[in-house]
Amino acid sequence: MVTGPAGSGSGTATATRLEEELAALAGSVPDPELPVLTLADLGVLRGVRMHEDGHAEVTLTPTYTGCPAVEAMSADIERVLAGHGIPDVRVRTVLSPAWSTDDITAEGRRKLAEFGIAPPRPHAAGGPVPVALSVRCPHCGSTETELLSRFSSTACKALRRCTACREPFDHFKEL
Amino acid sequence: MTATDTPTVNAALALGDDALILSHRLGEWAGHAPELEEEVALANIALDLLGQARFLLSMAGDEDEMAFLREERSFRNLQLVEQPNGDFAHTIARQLYFSLYQHELHTDLAAGDGPFAGLAAKAVKETAYHRDHAVQWTLRLGDGTEESRRRMRAALDALWKFTGEMFQPVEGLDGIDWAVLEGRWLTALTGVLEQAGLAVPEGPRTGAWAAGAGRQGLHTEPFGRMLAEMQHLHRSHPGASW
Repeated sequence: MVTGPAGSGSGTATATRLEEELAALAGSVPDPELPVLTLADLGVLRGVRMHEDGHAEVTLTPTYTGCPAVEAMSADIERVLAGHGIPDVRVRTVLSPAWSTDDITAEGRRKLAEFGIAPPRPHAAGGPVPVALSVRCPHCGSTETELLSRFSSTACKALRRCTACREPFDHFKEL
Repeated sequence: MTATDTPTVNAALALGDDALILSHRLGEWAGHAPELEEEVALANIALDLLGQARFLLSMAGDEDEMAFLREERSFRNLQLVEQPNGDFAHTIARQLYFSLYQHELHTDLAAGDGPFAGLAAKAVKETAYHRDHAVQWTLRLGDGTEESRRRMRAALDALWKFTGEMFQPVEGLDGIDWAVLEGRWLTALTGVLEQAGLAVPEGPRTGAWAAGAGRQGLHTEPFGRMLAEMQHLHRSHPGASW
């Protein structure tokens, strides 16, 4: 357990040095849809555990239940760990506890904004953010932005437009 | 393959088939939605539902076999979700009825400690967006033009008779008080429709011939054609992959 909140099914409390190393490697894999972010930035890597028979069990949680990137993430993790001498890698997807945009690290938020995607606002409860917290335009920095659609190019984003610079942009919507 | 041995498998099929079939119906809008943003929205909602379906059907067996090799009578979905898309108002009415229901149901399941609690805790955050989408369109159509109001009212009326089935108890979903769930659904629905200037439909909420029948594997006429389209590729080319 190196990354993220304590996940169910990640078993024992303390990770060995090898497990920490492997977790760092798996966490450095770029997200297939948002390659500026690593899986660690995104907060979807729940842990790596070595089993006695030599296989590594990696637990991963999807951002959305239907997120099609999970399969690509699993393949990338397997390849990276294989390159580190672990041929038998099994990636397990866990849903609980549910991933939240609050799991994206501060570094991840910074990279998103730099990449032109407005990062999610922090929120405690589930679902859409009810209060009218403004979303800042990642291009010009204005807070005068409007929602075009709650659904955008991928499940995790909403489509907005800046009323100052008129550029449309993606917003990593709160979940 | 159509194991309904245990209450948990029974419930996984009921919830999984609801998600799968509605996902397929929403997917039929691809290339036909009134505007690009709406096309993306409906496809996103369909993708969320497909994710839920994959998880749930895997609890019952091999997900592909469950989706593509079962016969019509083995599907346990509500008749509401198999109804054709109709015009855009029909799709929104179906979304409104179902997403309000699914959101309330997931809220209850997430609060428990049963086999569906983990998925429900995840899905409830997604269905909150589905519900908001349906609510906002209901307000726009109901409070829009004479034509949009007429169509929205017709759609709500047409699908009303399929809404009673949602509250038939499902074996394997323990700890759900279905009467309370129905009360909450009706309260939420009434609030939205009042705000949209639309009346809550009148008339029975089940057909005399069909009360709870989808959960027993009895489906309406359009469902067979939908299944044929959904399954034919997999059946024609067993084991095919991209």
